[in-house]
Amino acid sequence: MGAFWNGVWTIAQKDLRSELRTKEAFNASFSFSLVILVLFSFAFDPTSEELHAIAGGLLWIVFSFAGALILNRSFARELQNDCLDALVSAPISTAALFLGKTLANYFLLLLVEGAALAVFAILYDTHFSKQFWPVVLVVVLGTWGMTIIGTMFSALTVNLRMREMMLPTLVYPLLIPALMAAMTLTTDLMGGTPLGPGNTIWLRVLAGFDLIYSVLAVVFIDIVLVG
Amino acid sequence: MTSSTRDRFIYTLAVICAALLVWDFYKIFMVLPDEANQGAIYRIVYVHVPSIFTGFTGFFVALVASGMYLGTKNLKYDAFAAAVTEVALAFATIVLATGMIWGRIAWGVWWAWDARLTTMLVCWLIYWGYVMLRRAIEEPTQRARLSAVVSIFGCADILIVWKSIEWWRTQHPAPVLSMRDGGGMAPGMEAPIYWNWLAMMCLATIFVLVRMRQEETSREIDSLRRLAHSY
Repeated sequence: MGAFWNGVWTIAQKDLRSELRTKEAFNASFSFSLVILVLFSFAFDPTSEELHAIAGGLLWIVFSFAGALILNRSFARELQNDCLDALVSAPISTAALFLGKTLANYFLLLLVEGAALAVFAILYDTHFSKQFWPVVLVVVLGTWGMTIIGTMFSALTVNLRMREMMLPTLVYPLLIPALMAAMTLTTDLMGGTPLGPGNTIWLRVLAGFDLIYSVLAVVFIDIVLVG
Repeated sequence: MTSSTRDRFIYTLAVICAALLVWDFYKIFMVLPDEANQGAIYRIVYVHVPSIFTGFTGFFVALVASGMYLGTKNLKYDAFAAAVTEVALAFATIVLATGMIWGRIAWGVWWAWDARLTTMLVCWLIYWGYVMLRRAIEEPTQRARLSAVVSIFGCADILIVWKSIEWWRTQHPAPVLSMRDGGGMAPGMEAPIYWNWLAMMCLATIFVLVRMRQEETSREIDSLRRLAHSY
């Protein structure tokens, strides 16, 4: 078991280190979320009260679009110089390889989301400081679901000609339950409603989604990468 | 099954299916009275509900077939899974279309973001992705492997979507069939639903068999082409 987590950690470190040196995924993803945040201001009146009713939804749309940019590259970047073949033949299990990449993506995505959340709060005058920790909990759970599905399908579509087109087509419909739960919770929390009997069911949906797909992904990743 | 016995099976099934449908539609349009509140439009339920049953049966069968492919690596199961999914997707489209027509008349809008409609739409999108994925991969074993995984992921998702959207909102009529403890339909009105389900299952089986034959032929042509190129 120690060797397994060692492998996970090595892969995660490798991915994060190469990202730290180039910062290309972070920069692209963060600037993309800035653009979407600005575009929102034309879609509706940014000063209206209605904004609070849709804030959670908007935020998760930004997160999922920005996430697609990071996740799309996760396995595709290993295609050059046949790095993917080398990784698959490395003396670690494919599950460790997958989890390592997932952790690196997760960390990156959380960074982008944190930055986007701050910009969102400033540009649209939203307050979630009262519900700070519950919002963090929702972001942490929702992002894990997004990352696990995204990384899995990044591996699944890595060898396809139409990779960039196939990934969103497959990933977004599958993410619907997680996004729906996260959007509902975030809107509630930003509107000042604390976690309570009315909305903990969504927390359970999120946690259940995360658990089910983490297990499925780890079980099936070997079939996807090796066959 | 040899191809001639399969053909005979397809034709026999087609005759049974046609007879069932004619008999059912005679009952639905000529014998059954209009419903007290909805009038004539309620008859769409006889296409709508059997299509849902057929569609979901198809998605479930596709899940089993995908699992069997992964277990055996026999491409026959992959062809079967692909054929069943495509046919089930067609029935899911019928469900959405008939539901929208009914909604236009009963609710006054083509689309309502109600629990069951949304679930069906999400389900449709997931399997549409499956069909798109198959078209994007040329290598047969890779296609079989990856689409089997997508089918399993999709099926798991539908279960979560089903429950979670039900908590989200419900506007759709509550179940009226006695097997779901609805009991809102007169027994004489309920029976044609099940007969139509049987007819549609026959129809779906015919489509699947024809689609599988097409899949096998295309694989045969592929291998012949490869053989021709090797000379």
